[in-house]
Amino acid sequence: MHQVIRICHKELKDYFISPIAYIVISIFLLVTGWFFFTTFFYYNQADLRNFFNLLPITFSFLIPAVTMRLFSEELNVGSYEMLLTLPVTFKDILLGKFLAGVLFVAAALVPTFAYPIFIAFMGQLEWGPVAGGYLGALLLGASFVAVGLFASSLTRNQIIAFIVGMAICFTLTLIDKMLFFFPGSLLGVIGYLGADFHFQNIAKGIIDSRDIVYFLSVVFIGLYSTHLVMQKTS
Amino acid sequence: MIHIENLSKYYRDFCAVDQINLDIKKGEILGLLGPNGAGKTTTLRMLTGYFMPTSGTIRVKDYQLDENLLEIKKLMGYLPESAPLYHSMLVYDYLDYVAGLRGLDKEKKISRIRQLVDLCGLDEIMHRSISELSKGFNQRVGLAHAMMDDPEILILDEPTSGLDPNQIAEIRKIIRQIGEEKTVILSTHILSEVEATCDRVVILDKGKIVANDRMENLKQSAGQTHFIHLDILKANFQEVRDRLRGIEGVTGIEKINEKPNGPLSVQVACKSASDLRETVYQEIKQTDWVLIEFHQETKTLETIFRELTEED
Repeated sequence: MHQVIRICHKELKDYFISPIAYIVISIFLLVTGWFFFTTFFYYNQADLRNFFNLLPITFSFLIPAVTMRLFSEELNVGSYEMLLTLPVTFKDILLGKFLAGVLFVAAALVPTFAYPIFIAFMGQLEWGPVAGGYLGALLLGASFVAVGLFASSLTRNQIIAFIVGMAICFTLTLIDKMLFFFPGSLLGVIGYLGADFHFQNIAKGIIDSRDIVYFLSVVFIGLYSTHLVMQKTS
Repeated sequence: MIHIENLSKYYRDFCAVDQINLDIKKGEILGLLGPNGAGKTTTLRMLTGYFMPTSGTIRVKDYQLDENLLEIKKLMGYLPESAPLYHSMLVYDYLDYVAGLRGLDKEKKISRIRQLVDLCGLDEIMHRSISELSKGFNQRVGLAHAMMDDPEILILDEPTSGLDPNQIAEIRKIIRQIGEEKTVILSTHILSEVEATCDRVVILDKGKIVANDRMENLKQSAGQTHFIHLDILKANFQEVRDRLRGIEGVTGIEKINEKPNGPLSVQVACKSASDLRETVYQEIKQTDWVLIEFHQETKTLETIFRELTEED
């Protein structure tokens, strides 16, 4: 466990001493802030629904950009060899990097607390859906980080890792909007695969075990696939 | 200390390491020698647990590699070829990170890093970014990385490649220093490096061990024929050959070159380990030739290496 924390700490430090963290977080805030507040006053409703509606799409661009370097860079530079021959297991490395990605997502979400606080001054804000929304955002972020890690383990090239990661996250987000392409018998299954569907459930303030299980499964599948890929490379 | 049995590694159909058996004793400096692509790096990578062998077993002390990998990693310090370090980190941060992963506590960490800074000469670069380091400093930081936990076994993959002669001499000095107490395995394709640092040499070629012996033995076995080199003025080759051919133990006389008005260079091949220098000298003393160069050559490691690894 100590090793996981050390690796996570190192990865997080890497983000925040380089410009990556600041660029990604400011772009995230700009994009969500802009799209949220341009329409916010039309609805004349004190809630964060539009903010959370946007989140899956923004996350599917943003998170692969954060995770793309986690394995690709190590493989490209060769530092992975030095890391793996230290007394750490592959599980330590994987969990450390995963945790660093999740904490980064959390750090990107923290400044958006300003929105509910600001809105609460203007009208009656229901805090239930807000809390649900942030919990959902964290779960969604964690599953996209796992997917991004998997994409990063596939290649030494960070750009390819980014594009593959983004494609998977994007598909997960939009697949339940594309149901008319699929035969009727598959609708239930494919609808269930949609990350957006589960996220919006939580964001409404309904904490259903099915949604939690969905996100945890995506995390597990992502991390396990990464494990398999990396095992194969050695 | 280390026991390798029937170790093989295939990359798809390509056989990189082929049924290697090797025992390495404690406190030995072992040189792994071989041409490019002989399987040196693959062998080292399997030894450190980075690659899984296709077949065969590796035992370190009482540990089996595939079962107690973590324990084995704790015993080993490894410097991969060209020391791939994290570019974005400062040297101090990097060493601190490695010390943490090696499980050193806070106090020990500081004192150990200080020791390594002195040993590897990292004083001026502690607060520089690794991406700015020259190749030599990069290599030295890598060496500090490998030695962080004062490991019992140190594995170095081409530790001096790409360094300038001064740096090479320094790194060799460090390796010899460590080798007094620790087991060191280093791979290289530079022969003089092995001669300068190693107790024992293993020569690999196409994944197989073609020689495995102590330095002196290897030289002796190959040095059974040695040559006496002569440069003589005022003589012609015919006369020299006729005179020296009679000496017992001489197996061949060869003219290397002859310049008009210059010396005649002759190489006399001698049988077995006998020393014929005195007899040859006495023989020449009876003539009026002028001897200006006279020395004995034994086969060097280089010739041994070439003979063992040459393409047929």
